[in-house]
Amino acid sequence: MKILVCITHVPDTTTRITFTDNNTKFNGAGVQFIIGPYDDYALARAVELKETSGGTVTVINIGGPDTEPTIRKALAIGADDAIRINAEPTDGWFVAQQIAEIAKQNNYDLILMGRESIDYNGGQVHGMVAEILGMPSVSPVMQLEINGTTAKVAREIEGGKEYLELSLPFVAGCQEPIAEWKIPNMRGIMSARTKPLQVMEPFTHEQMTSLVNYELPAAKSGCKMIAADSPELLVSALKTEAKVI
Amino acid sequence: MAVLVFIEIAEGEIKKSSLEAVSYAKSVADAMGTSVTALALGTISNSELENAAKHGATKVLHAADAVYNNQVINAYTTALVEAAKAEGSTVIVLEKSSIVDAIAPRIAARLNASLASNVTELPNLSNGFEVECSIFTGKAFAVNKLTAPIKVLAIKKNAHAAIDHGTAATITAFNPSLSAADSAVKHISTEKATGDILLTEADIVVSGGRGLKASENWHLIENLAKTLGAATGCSKPVSDMHWRPHHEHVGQTGIKVSPSLYIAVGISGAIQHIAGISSSKVIVAINSDPEAPIFKAADYGIVGDAFQILPKLTAAFEAAK
Ligand SMILES: Cc1cc2nc3c(=O)[nH]c(=O)nc-3n(C[C@H](O)[C@H](O)[C@H](O)COP(=O)(O)OP(=O)(O)OC[C@H]3O[C@@H](n4cnc5c(N)ncnc54)[C@H](O)[C@@H]3O)c2cc1C
Ligand SMILES: Nc1ncnc2c1ncn2[C@@H]1O[C@H](COP(=O)(O)O)[C@@H](O)[C@H]1O
Repeated sequence: MKILVCITHVPDTTTRITFTDNNTKFNGAGVQFIIGPYDDYALARAVELKETSGGTVTVINIGGPDTEPTIRKALAIGADDAIRINAEPTDGWFVAQQIAEIAKQNNYDLILMGRESIDYNGGQVHGMVAEILGMPSVSPVMQLEINGTTAKVAREIEGGKEYLELSLPFVAGCQEPIAEWKIPNMRGIMSARTKPLQVMEPFTHEQMTSLVNYELPAAKSGCKMIAADSPELLVSALKTEAKVI
Repeated sequence: MAVLVFIEIAEGEIKKSSLEAVSYAKSVADAMGTSVTALALGTISNSELENAAKHGATKVLHAADAVYNNQVINAYTTALVEAAKAEGSTVIVLEKSSIVDAIAPRIAARLNASLASNVTELPNLSNGFEVECSIFTGKAFAVNKLTAPIKVLAIKKNAHAAIDHGTAATITAFNPSLSAADSAVKHISTEKATGDILLTEADIVVSGGRGLKASENWHLIENLAKTLGAATGCSKPVSDMHWRPHHEHVGQTGIKVSPSLYIAVGISGAIQHIAGISSSKVIVAINSDPEAPIFKAADYGIVGDAFQILPKLTAAFEAAK
C-alpha cells in the first residue's frame, strides 16, 4: 500500500504568538517548530499500517527550506521518502493544489492528513484535495482499519462517533486516538539523514484568499478572586456583573 | 443572489448554532441588499423550519430524503452546491460543526470559491470582502480578503447572536440529484450519548481536570452542570486515562468551545487547554493552587478544594434559580 502523509511545520503548542512587519508576518524568532500534532497522529497510523501490511509512506510538506528539520523528523519516525514543495503555504487552496498534483502523479492508495493545522486551523486541505481528486474524504477520523481495498473508519461527531465503510483510495483527516504519537529512535534518526527528500517548485500559484493583517486578542482585565467559603458571591457576580446566567 | 445558509438538524430539531448562522446570514444579506435562503437536509417538521425562518430566512429549501439523516459528507456537499447554484448565491454561510468541517472545503473547492474558516465577525464589505478568522487555536486572528466571486464562510459559535426577526418563509421541497459518488461512504452505525447537552452547542460548560482525582468523583461536576443546564468537559489527561469519553476533551487537540460561561475545576490551565477555551465569554477557575496558570486566563477565581467547594457552589446556583 502506498500512503501519502501531509505534514505541517508549526510552532510548538506552548508558543506565545507574536507578529512583525506591521502585523503581517508571524514572528518565528526563537520559536520551536514541530510536526502538527494531528499530522503526527496521521503519520503514526501510516507507519503502523506499513509495519503490519507492507508498502511505503511518503511525507509531503509545502514550505520553505526551514521546514526540512521537521520533514527529517517524519522520516526518522518511519516515513520512507519525502517531498517538499518549495513555497510559503499562502492559503488552503494553494496547498491543496500542490498535494493533489503530487497525488495525481503517484496514485497513492491512501492520503492521510491532520484534521486541522494548528497555525491556521482551517481544516480545509483534506476536503479540497479530495474534491480535486474526485475522492471521498472523511474527517475527523479516530480509528482506521484497512482490509484489502476496504477501510473501516470511526469518525467523531458531536457527542459520539459514527462507523463508516469505504473503498480505497480516499483522504482522511486524522485525530487521536487513531494511533499513539511515535518518538524517533536513534536508528530512525540516523537513517533519516540519507532517506530521499525531493524538492520541487510549486505547480501553480493560484490562491483564493489573501492576508490583510494579523491581530492579537485584547488582554484579560484580571481575575476577580472570591473566597472559598462564599460561593454565593460568585453566583451573584455571574448574574449581575457578567450577566452570563 | 440570495445568501445561502445551511441549517443543521440534530435529533429532529434545528441546532441552536444554526439559528445563529441564519441570523448571521441575515446581517450579511442586509448589507448586500439581498435575502436569505436556508437549506435543511433530512427529516424535520415544518414548524421547526418556520423557526429557522423567523431568524432571518425568507425561503427555506428542504431536501427531506432520509438519506440525509446521517451526516453523509458527499451527499451534503452536492446538496449545498446545487442549492447555491439554484439560488445564484455568492455567499454561503455555515456554522462550524463536525459535518460542516468536513463539507465546507469540498463545497468551496467544487464552486471555485474562497473559504474562510473560524470566522468570528460579520464581513467588512467596505474594501472588497474581508473577514476576521480565529487562528493559532484562538491565540490570534487573521483578517483575510476573500478574492474569488463566491465566498464560503464557516463561522464560529457566538460570531453572531440568534435573533428572532419574526420573518416568515416559503418552504419549498428540494431534490438535489445525487450521483453514485455521493454514496461512496457507507454508514454502518452511530454511537452517541443521547440526552446530553452537546459540548459544542452548550452555552455553559463545566469542565474537570486531574484535580478531581478519579472518575468516581465526576458526579460533583455533573451535579453542577445539571443545575446550570450545562455540558460537561474535561482536560486531555482525564480522557487519556478514560475517566471521561474522548468527545469531552477540550483544548488544542480536542474540542474548541466558545460558551458564555466556562467553569474549569481542578484544571491547571496548560496553554494547550487554554487554547480550546479562550473564546469563552467568561471563565471561572476553581483550583487549590493559587499559582495555577488557569487564574491568568480566568475572569473569576476561587482558591480551594474542589471537593468542598463544588457541593456548596451547586447549592448556591440552585438557590439563585
Ligand atoms: C501537543 C500537546 C497537545 C495537548 N492538548 C491538550 C488539550 O487539547 N487539552 C488539554 O486539556 N491538555 C492538552 N495537553 C496537555 C496539557 O499540556 C496538560 O498536561 C493538561 O491540560 C493538564 O491537565 P489538568 O489540568 O487536568 O492536570 P494537571 O496539570 O495535573 O492539573 C491538575 C490541577 O488540579 C489542581 N488540584 C489538585 N487537587 C485539587 C483539588 N482537590 N481541588 C481543586 N484543584 C485541585 C492542581 O492544583 C492542578 O492545577 C496537550 C499537551 C501537548 C504536549
Ligand atoms: N503546508 C502544508 N504542507 C503539507 N501539508 C499541509 C500543509 N498545510 C496543511 N496541510 C495538511 O492539511 C491538514 C489540514 O490543514 P488545514 O487545512 O490548514 O487546517 C494538515 O493537518 C496537514 O495534514
